[in-house]
Amino acid sequence: MTEYYTRRGDGKRVTMTKEAIAEDIRAGIADAVDMGGVSELTVNDIDKLIEILIDKNRVVGVETGKEVVVTYDIGQLDFTGDNGNSGNGVDVGRLESALLHERALAADTFELAHADYSIKPVKPVISNEMQTMEEIQNEIIIPYFYGAMPNMGLYYSPDGPYGNPADLMREFKIEEAMFAAEAAAEHLARDIEFVSTRLIAAGSDGFNFDTTASAGDADFVGTLKGVEALRKACPDAYINVGMAGESVMGIHGSIEYKGQIAAGLYPHQQVKLAQQAGADVFGPVVNTNTSRSLAWNLGRAVAFIKESVKTSEIPCHVNMGMGVGGIPMWETAPIDAVTRCNKAMVEVAGVDGV
Amino acid sequence: MAIAHFVASGMGGIRSAGDLVARVEYDKNLKVDKAKEYVAKKLGISTLDIADEHIMRDLREELKIGVITGVPGAPRGIAAKMNIEKLLGIKINSCEKFREQIR
Repeated sequence: MTEYYTRRGDGKRVTMTKEAIAEDIRAGIADAVDMGGVSELTVNDIDKLIEILIDKNRVVGVETGKEVVVTYDIGQLDFTGDNGNSGNGVDVGRLESALLHERALAADTFELAHADYSIKPVKPVISNEMQTMEEIQNEIIIPYFYGAMPNMGLYYSPDGPYGNPADLMREFKIEEAMFAAEAAAEHLARDIEFVSTRLIAAGSDGFNFDTTASAGDADFVGTLKGVEALRKACPDAYINVGMAGESVMGIHGSIEYKGQIAAGLYPHQQVKLAQQAGADVFGPVVNTNTSRSLAWNLGRAVAFIKESVKTSEIPCHVNMGMGVGGIPMWETAPIDAVTRCNKAMVEVAGVDGV
Repeated sequence: MAIAHFVASGMGGIRSAGDLVARVEYDKNLKVDKAKEYVAKKLGISTLDIADEHIMRDLREELKIGVITGVPGAPRGIAAKMNIEKLLGIKINSCEKFREQIR
């Protein structure tokens, strides 16, 4: 039987038969259906995924006319950052980086970012960020955001003023842990309002909340409250809410946003809250399982994302970096896998952007 | 990643009309097909043509909305965005701030 080159979730090249690929796609979809309660993909969808995965070309792409918007997170840190941010370690300026993305890398949008890429450390240098935003807006043409992670972990001990829920729970101080998470969420929302409204006042097209809910359900709620405040203060700002993972971790367990418990929500449920808070575009995430095949991961990711697109009233720009959106968890993600996942997300899941 | 995603499905930013479609998605909360229809109508070309570099290169220069190459005298930055505002019938925040500063 013919064997096709494909990948594992950790990026390693393997060969599989068409039948084995089809079996893994179905198993991945079944996992999404079981975990998230999403709809099954159709027979046509599965056939299309098989066709994409067994394509013998190294690079694949969408059909002409099906192009979508490619948005960015992490801003210039993809050039300047260290490998913790998958950065190149090239210390280029923020203006130069933005213009290179616009004029040489075909970016549809881009963003300004602080070296720590988090809301909290932007506060003491807000004037610096504002003047840099003003300067770059004078030169750039594409929509130019400010981007940062809510990163609520920075509000907990030892980095912040609130007790660390992980430590408190270990001591069976459950109520204290929940209070700390609630207080941190309120603090985060205040900081988001402070930082984001000033960047919009400096001419930013909008704000990209990246890796939302990385510290769990209270992080998600705090971010949504911050988004709500930004939307109220700046009705025309472009707001992008991108997630950290496929399921919101229940660190608090019962914290709610507009009557909905945030813990355990999957992308098609998360998007409804992002919409209510005032987001213009939602960035759903599906994590990659490194022990499974590309086929399993892609089938699962497409099932989740197709449901999000179907549920959402706003555009969905799926997260497609290393280890999300079906893409292998590998720093130099193989181009054959990246382009296959991209094509599948556009042509099968129906995303509005990547 | 940037190159792989552009090659696979990206509109290409100011190589074509990717920046315009992105603005309409965010400004009007339109999904990609509707956003492309909106932009195509404003440009007076088809949704297929708005992602065609061969068509958009000259059209962008003619409309003074920015091109990827360094053309002396061609608007870029705020000037190009002011022309995009008129073309798409939208307000762009940085242009609003610029106007506030010269009042």
